[in-house]
Amino acid sequence: MASESADPLPHAPESQYTHTLPLPFTNSDLAVLTQGAEALVYRTTFLTPHTPCVLKYRPPKPYRHPILDKRLTKARLLAEARVLVKCRREGVKVPAVLGGDWEMGWLVLEWIEGRTVRKVLDEWVHRLGLRARDGRDVVDLADEVVQRDEGEMRRLLGLMGRVGRAVGRLHEVGVCHGDLTTSNLMVRPPGDLQEPGPERTEDDLEGEIVLIDFGLATQTIHEEDRAVDLYVLERAFAATHPAAEHLFQEVLRVYGESFKGAKVVLKRLADVRLRGRKRTMIG
Amino acid sequence: MAKVRTINLPHYTAYPVHICMFKDVKNAAFLRKQLLEANPEFDYAFLDPTMILTPQHILSATLLSLHLHLTSRAKTRTPHSELVFRLHPNNNIGESYRKFGISDDSDRIIAVKLSLTPEITNESVGQHLGSVVEGESVDVGEGVENVGMWCDVEKVKKVYKLDSNGGKGREGGTAVNGNAPTNERKEMEAVMSGVITLKGS
Repeated sequence: MASESADPLPHAPESQYTHTLPLPFTNSDLAVLTQGAEALVYRTTFLTPHTPCVLKYRPPKPYRHPILDKRLTKARLLAEARVLVKCRREGVKVPAVLGGDWEMGWLVLEWIEGRTVRKVLDEWVHRLGLRARDGRDVVDLADEVVQRDEGEMRRLLGLMGRVGRAVGRLHEVGVCHGDLTTSNLMVRPPGDLQEPGPERTEDDLEGEIVLIDFGLATQTIHEEDRAVDLYVLERAFAATHPAAEHLFQEVLRVYGESFKGAKVVLKRLADVRLRGRKRTMIG
Repeated sequence: MAKVRTINLPHYTAYPVHICMFKDVKNAAFLRKQLLEANPEFDYAFLDPTMILTPQHILSATLLSLHLHLTSRAKTRTPHSELVFRLHPNNNIGESYRKFGISDDSDRIIAVKLSLTPEITNESVGQHLGSVVEGESVDVGEGVENVGMWCDVEKVKKVYKLDSNGGKGREGGTAVNGNAPTNERKEMEAVMSGVITLKGS
């Protein structure tokens, strides 16, 4: 797994500093952006000095047999790159593949400006000051605050709708993400104003949804895989904040209308909720 | 003396890339003959400008060619032939030359030269090409932004199998289509760099 947006593990098996980057990055002195279980993610430039990009490097695993390690690294990088190119062809918003070398274990992807849905939601929660102080249910409190600010709610639901549509489009073209969390959904600021710029508070709910981290993605049209994608996302919403959980209904509503097979997936989601992500395999 | 622009690819700054463009070229047949005879004096990538869409397009193929050459994994004999080969999504060298290389009657040319040794400089390339190419040198621009100015977008779409509808059309299709030309090229180059990267795998 390569959750590039996941928090760095407190007891990561290998320190990021012990790795020598492969050619041509060996002498580039790059700082690690995040670290997943299998990949190290750096920010750098590629092709031109003003093209920011993400470098994803899967270092060799010392605990694996070298031949097996090479094969797995190659297969996983290739799968990720193929899925991204496929999505891009079909107009699904994902980072472009700018370069890569499977033998050496690196992949260079387009830099996506903006912040993660996770961050946007966290900040929203923080902004509303949703604290269950006098023992009241936070969800009730959220509804109350939300009703006071209709505009904010409308924009928030708009964002949820765009999440639903983005996931729907992805599933429609025959791809399941495999690790669909709020950290793997980016909100890209609208227009050409994609400079990191000063803190934006007013319009940070605007912008299009870009899906990132396809390290676990598969090309599949099974409703089970699609339902599991939604289930994982639902859990991610629930984990963010109790108040964010009910927002997920809007994600599902728009998802359900986004493509032909979506309704069946929502039915399957109900089954997945009962049993969890892992299916019992009997017989 | 031809107007040559020199680009430093990030992470491969030790190997600058020299690019120049010509129009009203009269001796394409001669240049092509030198390539076929593998004349070491003429170790360039001569490209058909109608097949080059954007700087990113040409640079992603250039960087991969250089990288494969330096790590001894190139499929062709020189990094310059590798560049022509890398541009085509298929694994056929002859086909790559037919599509992306020059023909006997080409009157516009993009020439790319990699500095693998320090003797090859902006001046040396400009002098040599200025003396052997019978044509008018055209400025490529500081960031080689003009490489795509003679592009035949429909031809490029065909080779990279980019449907003008962005695949199956529908929602995403409108993003690819119907937008300003620069946006369309941006969407196209995003897929094309991926295709070039995935070539042969």
